[in-house]
Amino acid sequence: MHAVTEDEEKWLAAGITGLQQNAFYMHRALDSNNLKDALKYSAQMLSELRTSRLSPQKYYELYMRAFDELRKLEMFFREETKRGCSVVELYELVQHAGNILPRLYLLCTVGSVYIKSKEAPAKDILKDLVEMSRGIQHPLRGLFLRSYLSQVSRDKLPDLGSEYEGDADTVSDAVEFVLQNFTEMNKLWVRMQHQGPAREKEKREKERSELRDLVGKNLHVLSQIEGVDLDMYRETVLPRILEQVVNCKDEIAQGYLMDCIIQVFPDEYHLQTLETLLGAFPQLQPSVDIKMVLSRLMERLSNYAASSADVLPEFFQVEAFAKLSSAISKVIEAQDDMPVFGVVTLYSSLLTFTLQVHPDRLDYVDQILGACVKKLSGKGKLEDNKSRKQIVALLSAPLEKYNDIDTALKLSNYPNVMEYLDDGTKKEMASVIIQSIMKNKSLISTSEKVEALFELIKGLIKDLEENLLELDEEDFHEEQNSVARLIQMLHNDDPEEMLKIITTVKKHILTGGAKRLPFTVPPLIFNSLKLIRRLQNQEETVADEDASATPRKIFQLLNQIIEALSSVPKPELALRLYLQCAEAADDCDLEPVAYEFFTQAYLLYEEEISDSKSQVTAMHLIIGTLQRMHVFGVENRDTLTHKATGYSAKLLKKPDQCRAVYACSHLFWVDDQDSIKDGERVLLCLKRALRIANAVQQMANATRGSSGSVLLFIEILNKYLYFFEKGVTQITVASVQSLIELITNEMQGENSTSDPTADAFFASTLRFIQFQKDKGGAVGERYEAIKL
Amino acid sequence: MNYLIGAFKPACHIAVTFSDGKTRKQVPLKKENGQVVMVPLFHSQENIAGKISIEPVSGKKVEHNGIKVELLGQIEMYFDRNNFYDFTSLVRELDVPGEIYERKTYPFEFSTVEMPYETYNGVNVRLRYVLKVTISRGYAGSIVEYQDFVVRNYSPPPPINNSIKMEVGIEDCLHIEFEYNKSKYHLKDVIIGKIYFLLVRIKIKNMDLEIRRRESTGSGPNTHVETETLAKFELMDGAPVRGESIPIRLFLSPYELTPTYRNINNKFSVKYYLNLVLVDEEDRRYFKQQEVTIYRAESS
Repeated sequence: MHAVTEDEEKWLAAGITGLQQNAFYMHRALDSNNLKDALKYSAQMLSELRTSRLSPQKYYELYMRAFDELRKLEMFFREETKRGCSVVELYELVQHAGNILPRLYLLCTVGSVYIKSKEAPAKDILKDLVEMSRGIQHPLRGLFLRSYLSQVSRDKLPDLGSEYEGDADTVSDAVEFVLQNFTEMNKLWVRMQHQGPAREKEKREKERSELRDLVGKNLHVLSQIEGVDLDMYRETVLPRILEQVVNCKDEIAQGYLMDCIIQVFPDEYHLQTLETLLGAFPQLQPSVDIKMVLSRLMERLSNYAASSADVLPEFFQVEAFAKLSSAISKVIEAQDDMPVFGVVTLYSSLLTFTLQVHPDRLDYVDQILGACVKKLSGKGKLEDNKSRKQIVALLSAPLEKYNDIDTALKLSNYPNVMEYLDDGTKKEMASVIIQSIMKNKSLISTSEKVEALFELIKGLIKDLEENLLELDEEDFHEEQNSVARLIQMLHNDDPEEMLKIITTVKKHILTGGAKRLPFTVPPLIFNSLKLIRRLQNQEETVADEDASATPRKIFQLLNQIIEALSSVPKPELALRLYLQCAEAADDCDLEPVAYEFFTQAYLLYEEEISDSKSQVTAMHLIIGTLQRMHVFGVENRDTLTHKATGYSAKLLKKPDQCRAVYACSHLFWVDDQDSIKDGERVLLCLKRALRIANAVQQMANATRGSSGSVLLFIEILNKYLYFFEKGVTQITVASVQSLIELITNEMQGENSTSDPTADAFFASTLRFIQFQKDKGGAVGERYEAIKL
Repeated sequence: MNYLIGAFKPACHIAVTFSDGKTRKQVPLKKENGQVVMVPLFHSQENIAGKISIEPVSGKKVEHNGIKVELLGQIEMYFDRNNFYDFTSLVRELDVPGEIYERKTYPFEFSTVEMPYETYNGVNVRLRYVLKVTISRGYAGSIVEYQDFVVRNYSPPPPINNSIKMEVGIEDCLHIEFEYNKSKYHLKDVIIGKIYFLLVRIKIKNMDLEIRRRESTGSGPNTHVETETLAKFELMDGAPVRGESIPIRLFLSPYELTPTYRNINNKFSVKYYLNLVLVDEEDRRYFKQQEVTIYRAESS
């Protein structure tokens, strides 16, 4: 191979040298107005183009040099005719050349001058040139000669409005000329494929593709002819081009030229001749990449439709969808071995088109998806990446267009298409769907839709069979968070429907397994609680006992959902959720329900939460929640409070105990509940806390030789002050006073450790007392008794 | 113009002038020595008239036994040199025996001379027309002067001029159909035609159209045939496929053709052929030769 290219370089160099030499003599002849010599040397110069040794690329190099020289020669000819040499004679004279290739190059060159002179109608000269060019049957040389002809004639066509315009049929003449040249060029181009040894097929195909633009340029010229209106395009231009394309039976030519047609002619024409154009596709060779071409056509039409609303009626008028759709199925039928990727690409393009042109025709969209499913069925999951990407594109298109998942959910075939995706892609698609929902803040408002939606995104909802890949933790969180967000977006004003939605979601998320539940349960719980609060607000007006959407029922549901978390296990989370529910039940005045939730929370606390830190947190949550509950009767409340205090005292670390215990004091004194104003027990709690704080001090002394922080005392002091201010009679001035003294002593004690936090806390506590004193009024009066 | 051919020493100058010499068309004529001279052009049945002036050299007198001018049409075969066949011979006596002392001019005229054949310079044969002035002298030898002229005769356009159309081929290998628009062409004519490929199983490299001239001289066993290719005109470059039709347009004017001459005075014939040649990639030649008649049309 290497030697070949080297040789080629040599041949090219030799060709160039020969060409330049003769060009030099030609110039000399031109300078001295010696026509005879000019013709002689130009013919010799052009003889260099008779070589068969160069590849298209190298030949092109040589051709371009000759081309430049021919421009000069043409100028000379023009001047020659101005000097009185008859152009007709010149036209004959150049035909005396014995070798055909130089003769025809010269003929085209003079022909150009001839047309310019207007001594004969352009159409006659062009016809003659294009006819005479048949003498070159060598593909490469013929292509370049005809390309030269096309080049010199393109500004001299007898087009409408051109200065070369002829009689009534002038446009036909122009078109005829270009078409003929195109046809002949294509034939030559196709012929290349069949010449030479079979083993060089690849090389030949490469060479051919290098030459394709020479052929395609003709179509471009055709598209530039002013006079080619829609009628002419429909009646003559398109059928003639297609005839050639179909008949040449050449894969490369067909693919390229169909694409050319689509690219060079106006969209409006395509639309109006859709049937003819599409009719050609099934007739193409099976190996032609039709999907690419058709996709581009649809892409163009889509863009055209998008360009202006004014053009849409045209689409309806010509029934563009029906035609495209049937063309696609025909093509797919005809090309039995078309890869899945191709099929999907085609449908994807059609879908894009439909969305653009018929945004209101969901049935079309569904039809396309259905057809796609039909084609995919029996092929199993898609293995190759390209097809998968295409399907994702296919499925994303309606989402993007409608900005509304609602619409996609109406498409019955949508999930069917998704079936053919592998798990990874399904997930990807699910994310796309969710993102679309988020972006557009679409509300999913019926349980059927929710059902459909969750069916679509089930890749995220549960483990699919073959999910063996270890997932990146972060990705997984990201994914599940998006599901969580999605759950939050579900809403319907009608509680009945909303309940159904919740039930549906529940059904789906419960399949999600231990890893997903912590993400999916909370949003569902909160969304349900929202519903409960809504119902509660309406309750006065709607007292429909038969309604299924009663808070009670919902709470039952929630209970089940939270229970699911125990399998995870995520007791802390479950506990929080129980407490949330309890609070909601409290608001609904559903004592038994609230009690049940508390019971569940306590059970969790007892059985599942063993970590001391978690216990502390849980304890404070329980206390905080319980404190706010007002639905409980004395008995229930007693039980729960008793339990809570009990738990508090049993915490592992003393400071934790202390804090929990003093927090419990709040359980016995609730401002807005007259029934819960038990000063005795408040005092009891605080005293107990003090005892524990003392014990802490002593332990510190024993273990470290220094008294521990007085922080706990100051905290307890603050509790004292709180209840003192609330007017709990059991909290006396003396007890406050002694506590302050105790703290002061401790802080000044010899083995006290300095603790700036404690100092600051104590100082601000004292400042608070002073402040309250100064404020005067009822509270101020109470504080007055405290001496600092 | 011409001086004293055949005289030992120039005793006098003989000059022939034509009465319409200034207006008559002159054409080039190649002489035996390769020189090209311009000579007047006549057609058959024209009057050939003019003057012959004889001027003795520097005061010498020229004695003679009479002066005559002959118009000769001769055919000369190169293999039979110096043997002329005069197919036309006309004589005019210009002077009775006497002496010439000074320049003397004689008018002459041959009226409506029949000159059926055209001047021709071939490979093996020459046909010429000449005016021969002879000053007869007894002992000193005659003084002879020649003046060539060219005769060309126009033919009317042939009343029947069919196209040549023919299908030829080699079985299962190559079948073509070709067509030339006429069978008779004038000298400045254009051959228009086409070649249609019905079957192509060989790899053709190119196709040429040749114009061949066949000159045959003598007769019977002494016939000499000489064929020259006057034109080689490439019609096609590359290998066509079935169904291709290749145009022919060949201008005859650049080539030095003569009309077809058939059996001129039983001495020679000149015929023209179009030879269509296809060359394949192994340089094998496939050809088909067709005679065409060339004639001289009035305007050319």
